[in-house]
Amino acid sequence: MRTFATCGAVVALAAGSLLAAPAMAGKAFVSNEKGNTITVLDTETWEVLEEFPGGNRPRGITVSPDGKLLYVCASDDNIVRVFDTETYEEVFTLPSGPDPELFVLHPSGNPLYIANEDDNLVTVTDTETRTILAEVPVGVEPEGMGISADAKFVVNTSETTNMAHFISTEDYEIKHNVLVDQRPRYAQYTADGSRLFVTSEIGGTVTAMDIAEDGSPEVIGKISFEVAGVEPEWLQPVGAKVTSDGKRLFVALGPANRVAVIDAQSLEVLDYILVGQRVWQLSFTPDEKYLLTTNGNSNDITIIDVASEKAIKSVQVGQQPWGVAVIE
Amino acid sequence: MSARLMTLFVAATLCLLSFKAMAIDVKSAVLRVDYQTLLSISRYDRQQDDFGFAGAALADEDNSTTGSFLGHTYETTTVATTPEEAEAALGEILSSGIKLVVILARTEELLRLTDQAAETGALVFNASNADTTLRNDQCRANLLHIAPSNAMNADAVAQFAMWKRWDDWFLVSGGNPEGQVIADAYRRAATKFGAKIVEDRTFEDTGGSRRSDSGHVLVQKQIPTDTQNADDHDVVIAADGTDFFARYLPYHVWTPRAVMGSAGLRPVTMHGSHEAWGATQYQTRFEALNGRFVKSEDYNVWLALRVVGEAVTRANTAAPEGVRDYALSDAFELAAFKGQKVTFRTWNGQLRQPILLYDGSITVSVSPQEGFLHQRSVLDTLGLDQPESNCTAFN
Repeated sequence: MRTFATCGAVVALAAGSLLAAPAMAGKAFVSNEKGNTITVLDTETWEVLEEFPGGNRPRGITVSPDGKLLYVCASDDNIVRVFDTETYEEVFTLPSGPDPELFVLHPSGNPLYIANEDDNLVTVTDTETRTILAEVPVGVEPEGMGISADAKFVVNTSETTNMAHFISTEDYEIKHNVLVDQRPRYAQYTADGSRLFVTSEIGGTVTAMDIAEDGSPEVIGKISFEVAGVEPEWLQPVGAKVTSDGKRLFVALGPANRVAVIDAQSLEVLDYILVGQRVWQLSFTPDEKYLLTTNGNSNDITIIDVASEKAIKSVQVGQQPWGVAVIE
Repeated sequence: MSARLMTLFVAATLCLLSFKAMAIDVKSAVLRVDYQTLLSISRYDRQQDDFGFAGAALADEDNSTTGSFLGHTYETTTVATTPEEAEAALGEILSSGIKLVVILARTEELLRLTDQAAETGALVFNASNADTTLRNDQCRANLLHIAPSNAMNADAVAQFAMWKRWDDWFLVSGGNPEGQVIADAYRRAATKFGAKIVEDRTFEDTGGSRRSDSGHVLVQKQIPTDTQNADDHDVVIAADGTDFFARYLPYHVWTPRAVMGSAGLRPVTMHGSHEAWGATQYQTRFEALNGRFVKSEDYNVWLALRVVGEAVTRANTAAPEGVRDYALSDAFELAAFKGQKVTFRTWNGQLRQPILLYDGSITVSVSPQEGFLHQRSVLDTLGLDQPESNCTAFN
């Protein structure tokens, strides 16, 4: 009962603060898959501020639109844990279905769309009532989750079926299925919603799709990678982020220890930025000045200066960093 | 009927027809030949009734989920038989119209059944047989190998030994032909990677029960004496094709050394605690469906049927020649929870794949090891490379 009251207050506070963003240094939150912790960093000094328990096997991580709440997929707890980004206290949990790995939050902050790898489902969870709204059957081993700019479609990638499933957020029906290369990991729309990128870890490619007004996809090309001195097998695209002007796509290449810089219009690979080992997920700072990478095998994050497209710093975090989310 | 309505009607029919043309009902079979053998040394190695078949059950589920988005259905029949009745069992499968068959059998039966399948144009997947000759002189055009060969397994172990700089080997092999075939693979691997077999001994199979009450007392006395006075060595390599002695070597060998090969650190395609590269999800699905841990052969059967599923999904064909052509083409690639795609060698139909080195509880390492390079694929550092294979059926 007490927990419930506290949570209600937090939600009310969250809604109120949408109007006035607090002026303070930004923070980055890194989920450490093996260490079962969340590392908090100051995005000006890049110093570690805190490391707090994140549940068992924390992976997918995101923040509410107002930056007040931190959502974490605690995969081995079969639950989404929600933390206060100021106090780092767990404020409530959300039912997620088994083994949640990745999720995407509706731009309004509600609902949360969660991939359940073990059950071939996408679970839709109401973040206010904390109940499951829908379970959508998808392909085998759902993983990547992206949401269109108009929030009309959620795209889920299934790692063994090798498809991008376009789920309508109105009726939770799959409207389109697009076959992509082996083991699709991540789906990223451009900010204007006109293009979608899907990374294929084992296929070693990124599939680019143009998205029509009605949300229907058309494959326009595939991006592949080549780095001198790196075995092609290790060029494994995982996390991806595109700048809000839709010009640059950054793709984490896993065990190749590099982030690819791609012209998001022409799909040409422009450069590779050397980062830490087994680079997994990416996140921009809200001003898009920096791109953060989680490097699972070197237990650090790399900070990339977006304008110069250079790595400027690496910072040690917890054990096996997986994902990262940033607030202002 | 007005002209407009007529047009609509035709369009609707065409639409239906085109959908029908895409729909494929995929039927396959798993045929397992069971042999009379003595019981395994370890109870953990007992063959379950659903040995291999459990992989087919998971493959049907996985393929069907994908198929549900494309109008494809999958159904796999599983049959256990004896060497004497194997031909009749396959005959029944083939006469029911099934042209995609996964077989678990020893060399003699596998070859006979593969040739029998060829008569109806059927494609066979080998899910258990490691005999290197099947990838060499005895290869068949309609036989694709999911199971790694003895040569691949030995190379996987050898690379790990070399990475550890354990290059002086004490080879202990079974005196029967099954043991010698594996021993030969290790002798070849030693030459290939620059290891030296400083001691080469055989262990004779004198028959008798593999298990007896408090049998460990005798084992503890016998194995040290059997392995003493060997030249200085870094590691013991066990080559046991019939599970009669290798399991007794670890801890009992005279000189305190690690054992690899048929006991100790063993090359496998999958085991129940492999978790890297998303395999946890595979384990969870397998266990939920079958109520037990996965064995390599279950995984091999699953993988064979996933090859079929991939051909159906990508190339829209379940015809044996269509599946074979797609599997052997440059377009084919498959994710198999091994950290990189698996593909087929076009010269002998062998699946290229990383090999797990398993100590009985965890994945200790995965070969190929770092630093072993190849101009085509590092996976081709394991097993018969193109110039080494005498297989001509794929030319």
